[in-house]
Amino acid sequence: MDHGAEFALEKHFDPIGARIGMWLFLFTELLLFGGLFLLYAIYLNKHPEDFHYASSQLNQFIGAMNTIILLTSSLTMALAVGAMHRHSRKLALFFLILTFLLAAGFLVNKYFEWGAKIHHGIYPGSEELLQHPQGEILFYGLYYTMTGLHGLHVVVGMVVMGFLFYFSVKKSHKAVSLQPHFLQPLLGKKLKLTDSKGTKIWESEEISDQISGVEVILKGKQPEDKFASNTVKFENAGLYWHLVDIIWIFLFPLFYLIAM
Amino acid sequence: MEKPQEKYQLMGYGTYVMIWLALLLLTGLTVTVAGLNLKNVAIFAAILIAGFKSTLVMNYFMHLKYEAPLFRNMVYIAIFTLAIIIGLTFTDISFR
Repeated sequence: MDHGAEFALEKHFDPIGARIGMWLFLFTELLLFGGLFLLYAIYLNKHPEDFHYASSQLNQFIGAMNTIILLTSSLTMALAVGAMHRHSRKLALFFLILTFLLAAGFLVNKYFEWGAKIHHGIYPGSEELLQHPQGEILFYGLYYTMTGLHGLHVVVGMVVMGFLFYFSVKKSHKAVSLQPHFLQPLLGKKLKLTDSKGTKIWESEEISDQISGVEVILKGKQPEDKFASNTVKFENAGLYWHLVDIIWIFLFPLFYLIAM
Repeated sequence: MEKPQEKYQLMGYGTYVMIWLALLLLTGLTVTVAGLNLKNVAIFAAILIAGFKSTLVMNYFMHLKYEAPLFRNMVYIAIFTLAIIIGLTFTDISFR
């Protein structure tokens, strides 16, 4: 037996290592948003009245709705990962699509929320906003930066979900190549494919010395190893999505509720 | 490929739903507490509840509870680092 073929079958597969890598990435996200939260805390400390007034101008109802939407999307994402671990791909895809739709719903709310504010002339650098007290300018600057950056993470999450969907529905292609020295004994003969009853499905040309190789491509259902590696992708996308949820868990009370 | 892979601890779908319900309840609590007009305590209450919600998300949704101790320790180090950054900055601005 050729050892090359055996080694080719060995896959580098380390789900725990993959999860550690994802967590390390999430820590960089934590520090990114942590810095912004720190900035928020300092300016809140400096301009409490302005912050409270500006916060009271935000739409608490939309904020609460978006919190519920994002928490629910976190649930459906966790359920999708759970379904992958139980080998129910269809259920996992169902929960994945649900998560995607909830994420889209979050962004639609955000669109109306930002749209209403911008309609009233409240956006960074606007003439209207520049006439407000300094604390309010800072509040809205942080509001647009932090919810904007968070919204960007939601968009990235949706793109990641799109890739997950693609990887999960993609049919696998497996190619097996026969090298020329395997063909040597077959010279002058034909290759034939038959089904289990011996009926011919397909027959090749006569093999001459013109033919330098044969490649067999197997198309079909996703094999087990593909399923396992897709599960890792689901896990890591899930970790990312839950972090996006956690960030919103802090953003919601700090921006929407401090004035109540 | 004979290396034994550590078994992934499966959680029931029901557990996830329970955690989700708890998160919704805590969101309701956040809104209620914010309405009590507690002044300066309000912000700490909000952060405390948000911290508790995050712990639930990390432990269950993010599976941290069932991961190897390494994961938990990494999270502690990251949060500790953030706490130092926040703590030192606040000591700076408070005693300026």
